[in-house]
Amino acid sequence: METPLTEHIKQNKSPLGLIEYENAGGYRGMHKALKEMSPSDIISLIKSSNLMGRGGAGFPTGLKWSLVPKETSGSGLKYLIANADEMEPGTFKDRYLLEGNPHQLIAGMIIAAYAIQAQKAYIFIRWAYKKAEVIIQKAISEAYEAGYLGKNILGTGYDLDIYIHSSAGRYICGEETALINSLEGKRGIPRAKPPFPATSGLFGQPTVVNNVETLCWIPHIIEKGAEWFTKLSNTSEGGTKIYGVSGRVKKPGLWELPMGTTLREIIEEHAGGMQDGYKLRGIIPGGASTDFLTETHMDIKMDFASVRKAESRLGTGTMIILDDKTCPVAFIHNMIKFFAVESCGWCTPCREGLPWVQKILESFEEGTAKPDDIGILEFQTKYMGPGNTFCAHAPGAMEPLQSGLKYFCEDFIKHINEKHCPWR
Amino acid sequence: MCWQTWTDKKFTKNMLTEKEKQEIHEETKLYPYPGAACIDALKIVQNHRGWISDEAIEEIAAELDMSVEEVDSVATFYTRIYRKEVGRNVILVCDSISCMIMGYESVYKHISEKLSIHFGETTTDGRFTLLPITCLGDCDHAPALMINDDLHNNLSINSIDEILEKYQ
Repeated sequence: METPLTEHIKQNKSPLGLIEYENAGGYRGMHKALKEMSPSDIISLIKSSNLMGRGGAGFPTGLKWSLVPKETSGSGLKYLIANADEMEPGTFKDRYLLEGNPHQLIAGMIIAAYAIQAQKAYIFIRWAYKKAEVIIQKAISEAYEAGYLGKNILGTGYDLDIYIHSSAGRYICGEETALINSLEGKRGIPRAKPPFPATSGLFGQPTVVNNVETLCWIPHIIEKGAEWFTKLSNTSEGGTKIYGVSGRVKKPGLWELPMGTTLREIIEEHAGGMQDGYKLRGIIPGGASTDFLTETHMDIKMDFASVRKAESRLGTGTMIILDDKTCPVAFIHNMIKFFAVESCGWCTPCREGLPWVQKILESFEEGTAKPDDIGILEFQTKYMGPGNTFCAHAPGAMEPLQSGLKYFCEDFIKHINEKHCPWR
Repeated sequence: MCWQTWTDKKFTKNMLTEKEKQEIHEETKLYPYPGAACIDALKIVQNHRGWISDEAIEEIAAELDMSVEEVDSVATFYTRIYRKEVGRNVILVCDSISCMIMGYESVYKHISEKLSIHFGETTTDGRFTLLPITCLGDCDHAPALMINDDLHNNLSINSIDEILEKYQ
Protein backbone atom coordinates (compact mmCIF):
# COMPACT_ATOMS: atom_id res chain seq x y z
CA MET A 1 0.00 0.00 0.00
CA GLU A 2 1.39 3.38 -1.03
CA THR A 3 1.45 6.28 1.43
CA PRO A 4 2.71 9.20 -0.66
CA LEU A 5 1.87 11.96 1.82
CA THR A 6 3.49 10.45 4.89
CA GLU A 7 6.19 8.06 3.65
CA HIS A 8 8.98 10.50 4.54
CA ILE A 9 7.60 11.39 7.96
CA LYS A 10 9.42 9.58 10.76
CA GLN A 11 8.27 9.76 14.36
CA ASN A 12 10.56 11.77 16.66
CA LYS A 13 12.92 12.68 13.81
CA SER A 14 13.51 16.06 12.19
CA PRO A 15 11.84 16.47 8.80
CA LEU A 16 13.92 16.02 5.66
CA GLY A 17 15.89 19.07 4.51
CA LEU A 18 15.64 20.18 0.88
CA ILE A 19 18.58 18.15 -0.41
CA GLU A 20 17.55 15.01 1.49
CA TYR A 21 14.01 15.38 0.22
CA GLU A 22 15.21 15.77 -3.36
CA ASN A 23 17.41 12.67 -2.99
CA ALA A 24 14.30 10.82 -1.85
CA GLY A 25 12.44 11.93 -4.98
CA GLY A 26 10.95 15.19 -3.74
CA TYR A 27 10.39 18.25 -5.97
CA ARG A 28 10.23 16.10 -9.13
CA GLY A 29 6.61 17.12 -9.64
CA MET A 30 7.58 20.78 -9.36
CA HIS A 31 10.33 20.46 -11.99
CA LYS A 32 7.94 18.68 -14.32
CA ALA A 33 5.14 21.21 -13.81
CA LEU A 34 7.21 24.33 -14.34
CA LYS A 35 9.38 23.05 -17.19
CA GLU A 36 7.08 20.78 -19.16
CA MET A 37 3.54 21.92 -18.46
CA SER A 38 1.45 25.03 -19.06
CA PRO A 39 -0.78 26.36 -16.28
CA SER A 40 -3.86 25.07 -18.12
CA ASP A 41 -2.26 21.60 -18.51
CA ILE A 42 -1.84 21.48 -14.74
CA ILE A 43 -5.42 22.55 -14.04
CA SER A 44 -6.72 19.93 -16.51
CA LEU A 45 -4.66 17.20 -14.87
CA ILE A 46 -5.84 18.10 -11.35
CA LYS A 47 -9.42 18.25 -12.62
CA SER A 48 -9.16 14.80 -14.19
CA SER A 49 -7.71 13.38 -10.95
CA ASN A 50 -10.92 14.54 -9.19
CA LEU A 51 -8.89 15.63 -6.13
CA MET A 52 -11.37 16.93 -3.56
CA GLY A 53 -10.39 19.50 -0.95
CA ARG A 54 -9.19 17.90 2.27
CA GLY A 55 -10.12 20.79 4.57
CA GLY A 56 -13.59 19.40 5.18
CA ALA A 57 -15.90 20.60 2.43
CA GLY A 58 -14.53 18.35 -0.33
CA PHE A 59 -14.79 20.92 -3.13
CA PRO A 60 -13.01 19.78 -6.33
CA THR A 61 -9.58 21.44 -6.35
CA GLY A 62 -9.14 21.64 -10.14
CA LEU A 63 -12.52 23.32 -10.50
CA LYS A 64 -11.61 25.86 -7.81
CA TRP A 65 -8.43 26.76 -9.68
CA SER A 66 -10.22 27.00 -13.03
CA LEU A 67 -12.49 29.75 -11.67
CA VAL A 68 -9.52 32.14 -11.40
CA PRO A 69 -9.60 34.55 -14.37
CA LYS A 70 -6.56 34.49 -16.65
CA GLU A 71 -6.42 38.26 -16.99
CA THR A 72 -6.56 40.44 -13.88
CA SER A 73 -7.28 44.08 -13.27
CA GLY A 74 -6.43 46.18 -10.21
CA SER A 75 -2.89 45.57 -8.95
CA GLY A 76 -2.62 42.67 -11.40
CA LEU A 77 -1.65 40.36 -8.55
CA LYS A 78 -3.13 36.95 -7.80
CA TYR A 79 -2.72 35.11 -4.52
CA LEU A 80 -2.51 31.55 -3.26
CA ILE A 81 -3.16 30.86 0.40
CA ALA A 82 -2.39 27.62 2.23
CA ASN A 83 -4.95 27.23 4.98
CA ALA A 84 -2.96 25.88 7.94
CA ASP A 85 -5.31 27.35 10.55
CA GLU A 86 -6.28 23.91 11.84
CA MET A 87 -8.61 24.40 14.79
CA GLU A 88 -11.57 22.07 14.32
CA PRO A 89 -11.87 20.21 17.66
CA GLY A 90 -10.58 16.67 17.28
CA THR A 91 -8.50 17.49 14.18
CA PHE A 92 -4.73 17.17 14.15
CA LYS A 93 -3.77 16.01 10.65
CA ASP A 94 -2.35 19.23 9.17
CA ARG A 95 0.00 19.66 12.13
CA TYR A 96 1.47 16.25 11.24
CA LEU A 97 2.07 17.26 7.60
CA LEU A 98 3.45 20.70 8.49
CA GLU A 99 5.89 19.39 11.09
CA GLY A 100 6.69 16.20 9.24
CA ASN A 101 7.35 17.23 5.63
CA PRO A 102 7.43 21.01 5.00
CA HIS A 103 9.00 20.72 1.52
CA GLN A 104 6.09 18.62 0.28
CA LEU A 105 3.78 21.54 1.07
CA ILE A 106 6.12 24.11 -0.48
CA ALA A 107 6.45 22.07 -3.69
CA GLY A 108 2.66 21.82 -3.82
CA MET A 109 2.27 25.54 -3.28
CA ILE A 110 4.76 26.41 -6.05
CA ILE A 111 2.85 24.24 -8.54
CA ALA A 112 -0.56 25.52 -7.41
CA ALA A 113 0.59 29.14 -7.56
CA TYR A 114 2.08 28.58 -11.04
CA ALA A 115 -1.19 26.96 -12.22
CA ILE A 116 -3.23 30.03 -11.27
CA GLN A 117 -0.30 32.38 -12.06
CA ALA A 118 -0.15 33.81 -8.54
CA GLN A 119 2.87 35.94 -7.73
CA LYS A 120 2.45 35.83 -3.96
CA ALA A 121 1.50 33.03 -1.60
CA TYR A 122 0.79 32.98 2.12
CA ILE A 123 0.78 30.17 4.64
CA PHE A 124 -1.88 31.15 7.17
CA ILE A 125 -0.75 29.08 10.14
CA ARG A 126 -2.35 28.69 13.51
CA TRP A 127 -0.47 30.64 16.24
CA ALA A 128 -0.35 27.52 18.46
CA TYR A 129 1.66 25.58 15.86
CA LYS A 130 4.96 27.10 16.97
CA LYS A 131 7.12 24.10 16.10
CA ALA A 132 5.52 23.84 12.64
CA GLU A 133 6.12 27.55 12.02
CA VAL A 134 9.85 27.24 12.73
CA ILE A 135 10.11 24.15 10.50
CA ILE A 136 8.22 25.79 7.62
CA GLN A 137 10.25 29.00 7.86
CA LYS A 138 13.48 27.03 7.58
CA ALA A 139 12.15 25.09 4.59
CA ILE A 140 11.10 28.32 2.83
CA SER A 141 14.63 29.71 3.30
CA GLU A 142 16.09 26.54 1.80
CA ALA A 143 13.70 26.80 -1.16
CA TYR A 144 14.82 30.40 -1.81
CA GLU A 145 18.48 29.34 -1.67
CA ALA A 146 17.82 26.57 -4.17
CA GLY A 147 16.14 29.02 -6.54
CA TYR A 148 12.71 27.38 -6.18
CA LEU A 149 11.26 30.62 -4.82
CA GLY A 150 11.95 34.23 -5.72
CA LYS A 151 12.63 35.57 -9.20
CA ASN A 152 12.82 33.54 -12.41
CA ILE A 153 12.22 30.12 -10.85
CA LEU A 154 14.13 27.35 -12.74
CA GLY A 155 14.82 29.85 -15.51
CA THR A 156 11.15 29.91 -16.53
CA GLY A 157 10.64 33.63 -15.92
CA TYR A 158 8.05 32.79 -13.25
CA ASP A 159 8.33 34.70 -9.93
CA LEU A 160 6.86 33.62 -6.60
CA ASP A 161 7.27 34.69 -2.97
CA ILE A 162 5.88 32.72 -0.02
CA TYR A 163 5.19 34.40 3.32
CA ILE A 164 4.08 32.94 6.64
CA HIS A 165 1.27 34.65 8.54
CA SER A 166 0.83 33.38 12.08
CA SER A 167 -2.79 33.78 13.20
CA ALA A 168 -4.01 35.48 16.39
CA GLY A 169 -6.67 32.91 17.30
CA ARG A 170 -10.37 32.40 16.40
CA TYR A 171 -11.74 29.26 14.74
CA ILE A 172 -13.72 31.28 12.18
CA CYS A 173 -10.48 32.26 10.45
CA GLY A 174 -10.44 28.79 8.93
CA GLU A 175 -13.43 29.89 6.80
CA GLU A 176 -11.76 31.12 3.62
CA THR A 177 -13.31 34.59 3.42
CA ALA A 178 -12.82 35.22 7.16
CA LEU A 179 -9.22 34.08 6.68
CA ILE A 180 -8.81 36.62 3.89
CA ASN A 181 -10.20 39.42 6.09
CA SER A 182 -7.82 38.38 8.85
CA LEU A 183 -4.87 38.40 6.45
CA GLU A 184 -5.87 41.96 5.53
CA GLY A 185 -5.49 42.89 9.22
CA LYS A 186 -9.22 43.05 9.92
CA ARG A 187 -11.64 41.23 12.20
CA GLY A 188 -12.02 37.66 10.96
CA ILE A 189 -15.61 37.89 9.75
CA PRO A 190 -16.84 35.94 6.71
CA ARG A 191 -17.63 37.89 3.54
CA ALA A 192 -20.77 37.71 1.42
CA LYS A 193 -20.42 35.43 -1.60
CA PRO A 194 -20.46 36.15 -4.52
CA PRO A 195 -18.01 37.51 -5.40
CA PHE A 196 -16.06 34.36 -4.61
CA PRO A 197 -12.37 34.64 -3.68
CA ALA A 198 -11.41 33.21 -7.08
CA THR A 199 -12.44 36.53 -8.64
CA SER A 200 -12.19 38.92 -5.68
CA GLY A 201 -10.26 37.69 -2.65
CA LEU A 202 -7.21 39.03 -0.82
CA PHE A 203 -6.93 42.81 -1.32
CA GLY A 204 -9.70 42.48 -3.94
CA GLN A 205 -7.56 40.30 -6.21
CA PRO A 206 -8.18 36.73 -7.45
CA THR A 207 -7.27 34.30 -4.66
CA VAL A 208 -7.29 30.55 -4.10
CA VAL A 209 -7.39 29.13 -0.58
CA ASN A 210 -6.44 25.44 -0.28
CA ASN A 211 -6.04 23.19 2.73
CA VAL A 212 -2.55 21.89 3.61
CA GLU A 213 -3.37 18.23 2.90
CA THR A 214 -4.86 19.21 -0.48
CA LEU A 215 -1.72 21.13 -1.50
CA CYS A 216 0.53 18.28 -0.40
CA TRP A 217 -1.15 16.07 -3.01
CA ILE A 218 -0.32 18.30 -5.97
CA PRO A 219 3.35 17.34 -6.61
CA HIS A 220 2.48 13.63 -6.43
CA ILE A 221 -0.40 13.88 -8.90
CA ILE A 222 1.74 15.92 -11.32
CA GLU A 223 4.56 13.39 -11.13
CA LYS A 224 2.56 10.16 -11.26
CA GLY A 225 -0.68 11.11 -13.00
CA ALA A 226 -4.41 11.13 -12.43
CA GLU A 227 -4.88 7.41 -13.03
CA TRP A 228 -2.30 6.50 -10.37
CA PHE A 229 -4.08 8.84 -7.94
CA THR A 230 -7.48 7.29 -8.63
CA LYS A 231 -6.16 3.76 -8.12
CA LEU A 232 -4.84 4.53 -4.62
CA SER A 233 -8.41 4.66 -3.40
CA ASN A 234 -10.95 1.97 -2.45
CA THR A 235 -13.74 4.01 -4.03
CA SER A 236 -14.36 6.35 -6.97
CA GLU A 237 -12.93 9.26 -4.92
CA GLY A 238 -9.22 9.12 -5.55
CA GLY A 239 -6.15 9.11 -3.37
CA THR A 240 -5.41 8.22 0.19
CA LYS A 241 -6.77 10.07 3.21
CA ILE A 242 -5.15 10.87 6.50
CA TYR A 243 -7.57 9.45 9.05
CA GLY A 244 -7.25 10.06 12.76
CA VAL A 245 -8.89 8.81 15.93
CA SER A 246 -8.96 10.34 19.41
CA GLY A 247 -10.84 9.41 22.55
CA ARG A 248 -10.83 6.20 24.62
CA VAL A 249 -9.26 3.91 22.03
CA LYS A 250 -6.16 1.80 22.67
CA LYS A 251 -3.93 3.57 20.12
CA PRO A 252 -5.12 7.10 19.26
CA GLY A 253 -3.28 8.53 16.26
CA LEU A 254 -3.18 9.21 12.52
CA TRP A 255 -2.86 6.82 9.56
CA GLU A 256 -2.65 7.42 5.83
CA LEU A 257 -5.00 4.85 4.28
CA PRO A 258 -6.78 4.38 0.96
CA MET A 259 -9.72 6.78 0.60
CA GLY A 260 -12.84 4.80 1.50
CA THR A 261 -11.27 2.58 4.19
CA THR A 262 -14.10 1.35 6.41
CA LEU A 263 -14.84 2.89 9.77
CA ARG A 264 -14.42 -0.57 11.30
CA GLU A 265 -10.91 -1.02 9.94
CA ILE A 266 -9.86 2.45 11.10
CA ILE A 267 -11.21 2.09 14.63
CA GLU A 268 -10.71 -1.60 15.34
CA GLU A 269 -7.50 -2.29 13.46
CA HIS A 270 -5.53 0.93 13.33
CA ALA A 271 -6.76 2.57 16.55
CA GLY A 272 -6.67 -0.82 18.30
CA GLY A 273 -10.33 -0.79 19.33
CA MET A 274 -11.76 0.58 22.54
CA GLN A 275 -9.75 0.68 25.77
CA ASP A 276 -10.62 -2.10 28.23
CA GLY A 277 -13.75 -1.24 30.16
CA TYR A 278 -15.07 1.22 27.58
CA LYS A 279 -17.76 0.63 24.96
CA LEU A 280 -18.22 2.61 21.77
CA ARG A 281 -21.45 4.62 21.58
CA GLY A 282 -20.88 7.16 18.82
CA ILE A 283 -18.39 8.53 16.35
CA ILE A 284 -17.96 12.13 15.23
CA PRO A 285 -16.37 11.33 11.85
CA GLY A 286 -14.57 14.48 10.81
CA GLY A 287 -14.28 17.20 13.43
CA ALA A 288 -16.83 18.79 15.79
CA SER A 289 -19.07 20.11 13.00
CA THR A 290 -20.09 16.71 11.64
CA ASP A 291 -23.10 14.52 12.53
CA PHE A 292 -22.71 11.48 14.79
CA LEU A 293 -22.34 8.02 13.34
CA THR A 294 -23.02 4.94 15.50
CA GLU A 295 -21.99 1.30 15.69
CA THR A 296 -24.50 0.47 12.92
CA HIS A 297 -22.34 2.52 10.52
CA MET A 298 -19.11 0.61 11.11
CA ASP A 299 -19.01 -0.90 7.62
CA ILE A 300 -19.41 2.31 5.64
CA LYS A 301 -16.53 3.38 3.47
CA MET A 302 -15.10 6.63 4.72
CA ASP A 303 -15.24 8.85 1.64
CA PHE A 304 -17.24 12.01 0.98
CA ALA A 305 -20.17 10.33 -0.83
CA SER A 306 -20.60 7.33 1.48
CA VAL A 307 -20.52 9.35 4.69
CA ARG A 308 -23.03 11.78 3.15
CA LYS A 309 -25.35 8.80 2.51
CA ALA A 310 -25.15 8.00 6.23
CA GLU A 311 -26.38 11.60 6.86
CA SER A 312 -23.05 12.89 8.11
CA ARG A 313 -19.92 14.35 6.53
CA LEU A 314 -16.38 13.05 6.09
CA GLY A 315 -15.16 16.52 7.14
CA THR A 316 -11.50 16.39 8.07
CA GLY A 317 -11.50 12.58 8.51
CA THR A 318 -10.21 12.83 12.07
CA MET A 319 -12.71 11.13 14.36
CA ILE A 320 -13.71 11.60 17.97
CA ILE A 321 -15.07 8.58 19.80
CA LEU A 322 -17.91 8.84 22.31
CA ASP A 323 -17.61 6.05 24.88
CA ASP A 324 -20.18 4.73 27.37
CA LYS A 325 -18.51 6.38 30.37
CA THR A 326 -18.82 9.87 28.84
CA CYS A 327 -22.22 11.58 29.00
CA PRO A 328 -23.49 12.25 25.46
CA VAL A 329 -25.19 15.47 26.59
CA ALA A 330 -21.95 16.70 28.18
CA PHE A 331 -20.10 15.68 25.00
CA ILE A 332 -22.46 17.75 22.82
CA HIS A 333 -22.49 20.59 25.36
CA ASN A 334 -18.71 20.82 25.18
CA MET A 335 -18.79 21.17 21.38
CA ILE A 336 -21.68 23.68 21.38
CA LYS A 337 -19.83 25.77 23.97
CA PHE A 338 -16.86 25.81 21.62
CA PHE A 339 -19.02 27.02 18.72
CA ALA A 340 -20.75 29.65 20.90
CA VAL A 341 -17.40 31.03 22.08
CA GLU A 342 -15.99 31.00 18.55
CA SER A 343 -18.99 32.62 16.82
CA CYS A 344 -17.72 35.81 15.18
CA GLY A 345 -20.92 37.60 16.20
CA TRP A 346 -21.68 38.97 12.76
CA CYS A 347 -25.11 37.41 12.16
CA THR A 348 -27.87 37.19 14.76
CA PRO A 349 -28.95 33.52 14.58
CA CYS A 350 -25.40 32.37 15.32
CA ARG A 351 -24.47 35.04 17.86
CA GLU A 352 -27.68 34.66 19.90
CA GLY A 353 -28.73 31.12 19.05
CA LEU A 354 -25.55 29.28 20.01
CA PRO A 355 -25.33 30.70 23.56
CA TRP A 356 -29.06 29.93 23.98
CA VAL A 357 -28.50 26.29 23.01
CA GLN A 358 -25.46 26.18 25.27
CA LYS A 359 -27.51 27.38 28.26
CA ILE A 360 -30.19 24.77 27.61
CA LEU A 361 -27.62 21.99 27.41
CA GLU A 362 -26.07 23.29 30.62
CA SER A 363 -29.48 23.02 32.29
CA PHE A 364 -29.60 19.34 31.26
CA GLU A 365 -26.26 18.80 32.93
CA GLU A 366 -27.42 20.62 36.05
CA GLY A 367 -30.68 18.69 36.21
CA THR A 368 -32.96 21.70 35.69
CA ALA A 369 -34.03 20.99 32.09
CA LYS A 370 -37.76 20.73 31.30
CA PRO A 371 -39.47 18.38 28.80
CA ASP A 372 -40.12 21.31 26.42
CA ASP A 373 -36.39 21.95 26.16
CA ILE A 374 -35.91 19.01 23.78
CA GLY A 375 -38.39 20.68 21.41
CA ILE A 376 -36.53 23.98 21.69
CA LEU A 377 -33.26 22.24 20.85
CA GLU A 378 -34.88 20.57 17.84
CA PHE A 379 -36.26 23.91 16.67
CA GLN A 380 -32.83 25.49 17.00
CA THR A 381 -31.24 22.84 14.79
CA LYS A 382 -33.55 24.04 11.98
CA TYR A 383 -33.40 27.74 12.88
CA MET A 384 -29.60 27.70 12.71
CA GLY A 385 -29.55 25.25 9.81
CA PRO A 386 -28.25 25.92 6.30
CA GLY A 387 -29.70 29.02 4.63
CA ASN A 388 -30.50 30.97 7.78
CA THR A 389 -27.03 32.14 8.71
CA PHE A 390 -24.26 34.14 7.03
CA CYS A 391 -21.74 31.27 6.92
CA ALA A 392 -21.48 27.56 7.75
CA HIS A 393 -20.42 28.06 11.39
CA ALA A 394 -23.82 27.65 13.10
CA PRO A 395 -25.13 24.98 10.69
CA GLY A 396 -21.92 23.04 11.43
CA ALA A 397 -22.52 23.40 15.16
CA MET A 398 -26.04 22.04 14.74
CA GLU A 399 -24.87 18.83 13.05
CA PRO A 400 -23.74 16.95 16.19
CA LEU A 401 -26.75 18.34 18.09
CA GLN A 402 -29.39 17.21 15.60
CA SER A 403 -27.89 13.73 15.24
CA GLY A 404 -27.23 13.56 18.99
CA LEU A 405 -30.93 14.23 19.65
CA LYS A 406 -31.73 11.42 17.22
CA TYR A 407 -29.33 8.78 18.56
CA PHE A 408 -29.18 9.70 22.26
CA CYS A 409 -32.72 10.96 22.87
CA GLU A 410 -33.19 8.56 25.80
CA ASP A 411 -30.17 10.03 27.51
CA PHE A 412 -31.57 13.55 27.16
CA ILE A 413 -34.88 12.35 28.66
CA LYS A 414 -33.05 10.61 31.52
CA HIS A 415 -31.44 13.94 32.50
CA ILE A 416 -34.92 15.51 32.73
CA ASN A 417 -36.56 12.66 34.61
CA GLU A 418 -33.74 12.03 37.08
CA LYS A 419 -33.06 15.76 37.54
CA HIS A 420 -29.31 15.26 37.34
CA CYS A 421 -26.65 13.94 34.96
CA PRO A 422 -26.64 10.11 35.31
CA TRP A 423 -22.90 10.12 34.55
CA ARG A 424 -21.97 12.23 37.55
CA MET B 1 -14.94 60.16 23.31
CA CYS B 2 -14.87 62.53 20.36
CA TRP B 3 -12.47 62.13 17.50
CA GLN B 4 -10.61 65.32 18.36
CA THR B 5 -9.76 64.01 21.82
CA TRP B 6 -8.37 60.80 20.36
CA THR B 7 -6.22 62.68 17.87
CA ASP B 8 -4.97 65.01 20.61
CA LYS B 9 -3.93 61.98 22.62
CA LYS B 10 -2.09 60.55 19.65
CA PHE B 11 0.39 63.39 19.72
CA THR B 12 0.71 63.84 23.46
CA LYS B 13 1.94 60.35 24.31
CA ASN B 14 5.03 58.64 23.13
CA MET B 15 5.01 55.14 24.42
CA LEU B 16 6.19 52.90 21.59
CA THR B 17 9.94 52.47 21.42
CA GLU B 18 11.90 53.05 18.23
CA LYS B 19 12.48 49.30 18.06
CA GLU B 20 8.75 48.57 18.17
CA LYS B 21 8.06 51.21 15.53
CA GLN B 22 10.82 49.81 13.35
CA GLU B 23 9.44 46.26 13.63
CA ILE B 24 5.93 47.50 12.76
CA HIS B 25 7.33 49.44 9.81
CA GLU B 26 9.03 46.28 8.50
CA GLU B 27 5.69 44.43 8.55
CA THR B 28 3.82 47.18 6.72
CA LYS B 29 6.22 46.76 3.78
CA LEU B 30 4.69 43.33 3.09
CA TYR B 31 1.20 44.71 2.41
CA PRO B 32 -0.41 47.16 -0.03
CA TYR B 33 -1.46 49.52 2.82
CA PRO B 34 -0.25 49.94 6.43
CA GLY B 35 -3.51 48.91 8.15
CA ALA B 36 -3.16 45.39 6.76
CA ALA B 37 -0.32 44.91 9.27
CA CYS B 38 -2.65 45.64 12.20
CA ILE B 39 -2.57 42.13 13.71
CA ASP B 40 1.21 41.93 13.22
CA ALA B 41 1.61 45.30 14.94
CA LEU B 42 -0.50 44.21 17.91
CA LYS B 43 1.58 41.05 18.20
CA ILE B 44 4.83 43.01 18.07
CA VAL B 45 3.79 45.35 20.87
CA GLN B 46 2.40 42.48 22.93
CA ASN B 47 5.65 40.63 22.42
CA HIS B 48 7.54 43.55 24.00
CA ARG B 49 5.04 44.46 26.72
CA GLY B 50 3.06 41.30 27.46
CA TRP B 51 -0.31 42.92 26.72
CA ILE B 52 -2.04 45.71 24.81
CA SER B 53 -3.02 48.81 26.81
CA ASP B 54 -5.33 51.62 25.64
CA GLU B 55 -2.26 53.77 25.05
CA ALA B 56 -0.73 51.07 22.87
CA ILE B 57 -3.93 50.91 20.81
CA GLU B 58 -3.79 54.67 20.23
CA GLU B 59 -0.18 54.67 19.15
CA ILE B 60 -0.55 51.64 16.88
CA ALA B 61 -3.49 53.44 15.25
CA ALA B 62 -1.27 56.46 14.61
CA GLU B 63 1.51 54.28 13.18
CA LEU B 64 -0.87 52.48 10.80
CA ASP B 65 -2.99 55.45 9.82
CA MET B 66 -6.09 53.82 11.28
CA SER B 67 -8.74 55.05 13.71
CA VAL B 68 -8.36 54.01 17.34
CA GLU B 69 -11.75 52.28 17.26
CA GLU B 70 -10.72 50.23 14.25
CA VAL B 71 -7.54 48.97 15.92
CA ASP B 72 -9.44 48.21 19.13
CA SER B 73 -12.09 46.28 17.17
CA VAL B 74 -9.32 44.08 15.78
CA ALA B 75 -7.52 43.74 19.13
CA THR B 76 -10.66 42.64 20.96
CA PHE B 77 -11.65 40.14 18.25
CA TYR B 78 -8.61 37.89 18.52
CA THR B 79 -8.15 35.62 21.50
CA ARG B 80 -4.37 35.78 21.51
CA ILE B 81 -4.27 39.55 21.87
CA TYR B 82 -4.50 40.40 25.56
CA ARG B 83 -6.31 43.63 26.40
CA LYS B 84 -5.63 43.09 30.12
CA GLU B 85 -2.34 42.59 31.88
CA VAL B 86 -1.33 38.92 32.14
CA GLY B 87 1.18 37.09 34.32
CA ARG B 88 4.80 36.30 33.37
CA ASN B 89 3.62 32.90 32.15
CA VAL B 90 0.29 32.11 30.53
CA ILE B 91 -1.15 28.61 30.98
CA LEU B 92 -3.61 27.67 28.22
CA VAL B 93 -5.59 24.55 29.13
CA CYS B 94 -7.34 22.87 26.20
CA ASP B 95 -11.01 22.40 27.10
CA SER B 96 -12.19 20.98 23.77
CA ILE B 97 -13.86 17.65 23.21
CA SER B 98 -10.97 15.17 22.96
CA CYS B 99 -9.32 16.65 26.04
CA MET B 100 -12.66 16.57 27.85
CA ILE B 101 -13.02 12.83 27.16
CA MET B 102 -9.47 12.25 28.37
CA GLY B 103 -9.97 14.26 31.56
CA TYR B 104 -8.85 17.88 31.20
CA GLU B 105 -11.22 18.79 34.05
CA SER B 106 -9.08 17.03 36.66
CA VAL B 107 -5.97 18.68 35.19
CA TYR B 108 -7.63 22.09 35.40
CA LYS B 109 -8.87 21.44 38.94
CA HIS B 110 -5.39 20.46 40.08
CA ILE B 111 -3.76 23.57 38.58
CA SER B 112 -6.54 25.80 39.84
CA GLU B 113 -6.21 24.51 43.41
CA LYS B 114 -2.43 24.56 43.38
CA LEU B 115 -2.22 28.16 42.16
CA SER B 116 -5.46 29.35 43.82
CA ILE B 117 -6.78 30.89 40.60
CA HIS B 118 -9.62 30.11 38.19
CA PHE B 119 -9.83 30.59 34.42
CA GLY B 120 -9.29 34.25 33.59
CA GLU B 121 -7.27 35.02 36.72
CA THR B 122 -3.63 35.78 37.52
CA THR B 123 -1.71 34.68 40.64
CA THR B 124 -1.03 37.48 43.12
CA ASP B 125 2.71 37.19 42.51
CA GLY B 126 2.12 37.71 38.77
CA ARG B 127 3.75 34.37 37.92
CA PHE B 128 0.84 32.67 36.13
CA THR B 129 -2.33 33.55 34.25
CA LEU B 130 -4.73 30.65 33.67
CA LEU B 131 -6.89 30.60 30.51
CA PRO B 132 -8.95 28.05 28.61
CA ILE B 133 -8.00 27.41 24.99
CA THR B 134 -9.79 25.67 22.14
CA CYS B 135 -8.45 22.49 20.54
CA LEU B 136 -4.64 22.54 20.27
CA GLY B 137 -4.56 19.91 17.52
CA ASP B 138 -2.82 17.34 19.72
CA CYS B 139 -5.90 15.18 20.28
CA ASP B 140 -4.07 11.85 20.10
CA HIS B 141 -2.00 12.94 23.11
CA ALA B 142 -4.85 14.45 25.14
CA PRO B 143 -5.13 16.07 27.59
CA ALA B 144 -2.87 18.88 26.42
CA LEU B 145 -1.98 22.42 27.46
CA MET B 146 0.39 25.16 26.42
CA ILE B 147 2.51 27.31 28.69
CA ASN B 148 3.78 30.34 26.78
CA ASP B 149 5.09 28.81 23.52
CA ASP B 150 5.54 25.25 24.82
CA LEU B 151 3.13 22.38 24.26
CA HIS B 152 2.73 19.77 27.02
CA ASN B 153 0.65 16.66 26.41
CA ASN B 154 -0.39 13.26 27.78
CA LEU B 155 -0.93 15.14 31.04
CA SER B 156 -1.73 13.54 34.34
CA ILE B 157 -2.08 15.13 37.76
CA ASN B 158 1.30 13.63 38.68
CA SER B 159 3.13 15.28 35.78
CA ILE B 160 1.78 18.82 36.19
CA ASP B 161 3.72 20.02 39.24
CA GLU B 162 7.02 19.27 37.59
CA ILE B 163 5.98 21.11 34.43
CA LEU B 164 4.88 24.21 36.37
CA GLU B 165 8.23 24.32 38.19
CA LYS B 166 9.97 25.12 34.90
CA TYR B 167 8.15 28.44 34.67
CA GLN B 168 9.12 31.05 37.26
